[in-house]
Amino acid sequence: MAISLKLNGKDQTVEAEPGTPLLWVIRDELKMTGTKFGCGVASCGACTVHLNGQPVRSCQTYIEDVEGAEITTIEAMEDTKIGGAVQQAWVELDVVQCGYCQSGQIMSAVGLLSENPKPTAQEIDDYMWGNACRCATYQRIRAGIQRAADILEA
Amino acid sequence: MTLDTSRRAFLAGAAAVGTALVVGIRPDGALAANADTMLNPFVRITPDGQVTAIVKHFEMGQGPVTGLTTLIAEELGLTMDQIDYDFAPSNPEVYANMLLGPIQGTGGSTAMANAYAQYRQAGAAAREMLIAAAAETWGVDAGTLKIEDGMVTGAGNSAPLAAFVAKAATLDAPAVPRLKDPSEFRLIGNADVRRLDSAAKGNGTAMYGMDLHLPDQMVTMIARPEQQRATVVSFDDSAAREIKGFISAATLPNHTGVAVFAEHTWAAMRARDALDVTWDTSSAETRSSDEIEAEIRAALEAEPAYNVNKTDAAATQAALDGAAQVVEETFYFPLLAHAPMEPLNCTIEATADGGILMHDAAQIPTLPHSAMAQIFDLPMEKIQIKTMLAGGSFGRRATPEADYQVEAALAFATTDRTRPVKLVWSREDDLRSGYFRPAFGHKVRVGLDEAGNIVGWDHRIAGQSIMKGTPFEQFLVHDGVDHSSVEGASDTPYQIPGAHFGLTDTEKATSTLWWRSVGHTHTAYVMETMMDKAAKAAGVDPVDYRLQYLTGDGVDQQRKAGVLRLAAEKAGWGNAPAGHTQGIAVHKSFASYVAEVVEISGNAEDGVKIEKVTCAVDCGLAVNPDVIKAQMEGGIGYGIGHNMRDKITLTGGVVDQFNFPDYEPLRISDIGAIDVHIVPSAEPPTGVGEPGTPPAAAALANAIAAASDVRIGALPLADNGISFA
Ligand code: FES
Ligand code: FES
Repeated sequence: MAISLKLNGKDQTVEAEPGTPLLWVIRDELKMTGTKFGCGVASCGACTVHLNGQPVRSCQTYIEDVEGAEITTIEAMEDTKIGGAVQQAWVELDVVQCGYCQSGQIMSAVGLLSENPKPTAQEIDDYMWGNACRCATYQRIRAGIQRAADILEA
Repeated sequence: MTLDTSRRAFLAGAAAVGTALVVGIRPDGALAANADTMLNPFVRITPDGQVTAIVKHFEMGQGPVTGLTTLIAEELGLTMDQIDYDFAPSNPEVYANMLLGPIQGTGGSTAMANAYAQYRQAGAAAREMLIAAAAETWGVDAGTLKIEDGMVTGAGNSAPLAAFVAKAATLDAPAVPRLKDPSEFRLIGNADVRRLDSAAKGNGTAMYGMDLHLPDQMVTMIARPEQQRATVVSFDDSAAREIKGFISAATLPNHTGVAVFAEHTWAAMRARDALDVTWDTSSAETRSSDEIEAEIRAALEAEPAYNVNKTDAAATQAALDGAAQVVEETFYFPLLAHAPMEPLNCTIEATADGGILMHDAAQIPTLPHSAMAQIFDLPMEKIQIKTMLAGGSFGRRATPEADYQVEAALAFATTDRTRPVKLVWSREDDLRSGYFRPAFGHKVRVGLDEAGNIVGWDHRIAGQSIMKGTPFEQFLVHDGVDHSSVEGASDTPYQIPGAHFGLTDTEKATSTLWWRSVGHTHTAYVMETMMDKAAKAAGVDPVDYRLQYLTGDGVDQQRKAGVLRLAAEKAGWGNAPAGHTQGIAVHKSFASYVAEVVEISGNAEDGVKIEKVTCAVDCGLAVNPDVIKAQMEGGIGYGIGHNMRDKITLTGGVVDQFNFPDYEPLRISDIGAIDVHIVPSAEPPTGVGEPGTPPAAAALANAIAAASDVRIGALPLADNGISFA
């Protein structure tokens, strides 16, 4: 079936079978590989994208449910105010190790800062719980979000 | 003076486009330049002055891309933004890991230790050649020139190094270039040096193997048996044929599975699910983890097969018999999966010259390289491996059998080889693949005299050898003892009187594999919880007690004592805030020394929260201090996360776990701040990727024991009724 959606501000029509996870449409059909596959069952967060501004797990979001929706991926983050601040903080603090989870971490971090511009460590933990990092970069993620909040405040 | 010269020289260099300066190291260890090493350099400088470090270790997050590049930049007098990196091709002769033998590979936390001298030499040789070229051009003495921030300066001249590449490319490499004195270092040891891969990994442009989309590629997923060693009898793909994007299915030539080929990943996943495979399970593995555990526990009660250090076991027994008190514990460590964040994958295509090109984040490229040569019956030089970024590995991307690369090659071999084939694993494939940290048991009895001093230490280890039956056996098994089964125990720096270490191998039900820190994953936990238990029995502070066994002026003892004292001091040992409890552990692994203090709140009954971890590490000279800190943070998280609540279990040979929900990763809310301190040192650099892991779970268990007086011998901790807040 043909589905129309807006991806990173651009209108797209994609061809996919009903039931296809948005993740695989983004990665395999649109060849945008910043959004990662980690578990496929919504338990790692590596595939996080924004759906109408809200972070969602694209591995459990079906293509037929996003008709007409606005999807934003990591590739568009540098053009957004919060995304740019988070990416800047990530580089300043060298948050990444293997980096494979980090697109998802950043998408969730941007989601958090959009709702809560000055989160406490506890609020960060509560919000970011679902984004696993096998390299355990957690304390730098925490620091990165707080640094991004400072950048945005300045 | 300067402008004209540099301009002329620049033009001269530009005229020689195509003549890059390359410096490498020959298999015999000698420096080589230009024609001799064109294809396999360590550093390459193109006529426009672009410097590229050729990184021979793969990047799974542990930082060699930044580390090895730092070494070249330091010797060459560059800033970090004046240098780029590229991964080395697979060439085991030139890019051998000097510490692993005649293979190219990453493991045992050796990347920096093995590359430190080589990469500095290559950078220093390039510097001397560029300076020699500049000296000749300007007619001045080379001794008056230096390179700083990419500019060659001295004797009243100044020009970018690009000006001298063409001339330098005609020179021979110096036999012994002068390495910079540590007092001259600007990048090595500089905590402000940032990772080279941060930006790309934060904006989605970093390319992992999983991200490869070659034109016309097919995606393959493999239907594998649930039990190891079951084989394919037949399959029915009629349901798969209904799935849009499905191409074909074929039994792998060795009957280990059925490859499903599809146009894209989702179709491959669905088609594989739709496949109906009939398996021959007559020689399949049927054991359960309970049986594995029972066998190991029984072995601990029998006479050990090997007396590891050939000490007098009877004397140890006599010392225990005469002891005022004996503290003892039996330990069990379950199978564990590595579960790197990026599920395994690799891509294979045929090349125009009849060879094979594999795109892979290979941890030990020599192993798949040889396997490809055999499978395709091609000479080694017809096989190329292009190294991609790895989304983690922790040991999993290196198996002696090159398991997943062989799978991809066999799948490719069933096709007409006109289309590239990308093998993709799911998370379920990963957790159920059968390559696990082996199960181990320990039984330790420690005899103390009236004053609480150790008089005898009887330590029995039983478990599944990693190295036996692999090509590594010849290097790592001696007199029957697989060193990786006992490392960290029988070679402890503690000066323990009356010690005896026994080892018995038990049967493997799955494949066993090195897992971040290998044998130290279990030995450190045992050594450090037993030391704590003995200290408690002796009524002595755990730090002071350990220090009693680290006296003398041996380097091992001093360095281990050094990190122990530093971690205790930085953690405010003994002065935890009200409601908090501390536990400490210290361990040497991969030639590095690490001590960790875990501070918890709560207790075993009401739930434990990890408030803070303080770490001290002595890894010799700290090349990239911030990368070292990150590796300690990650190593601690890896050790704590698995030992809190993870295990792989088998029922009738079938793995019980499927995906992260039943192999729960460490989460951000599980662990508080980690504070890392690096011991200043001028010793040669040693490992950092693994040494953070071993003490972590022991320090946590010791903190729990201090809060609740429970000693946990069988991991994970959660299996003992401990919950984590
Ligand atoms: S891949 Fe979607 S949450 Fe893991
Ligand atoms: S950086 Fe490796 S999984 Fe997060």
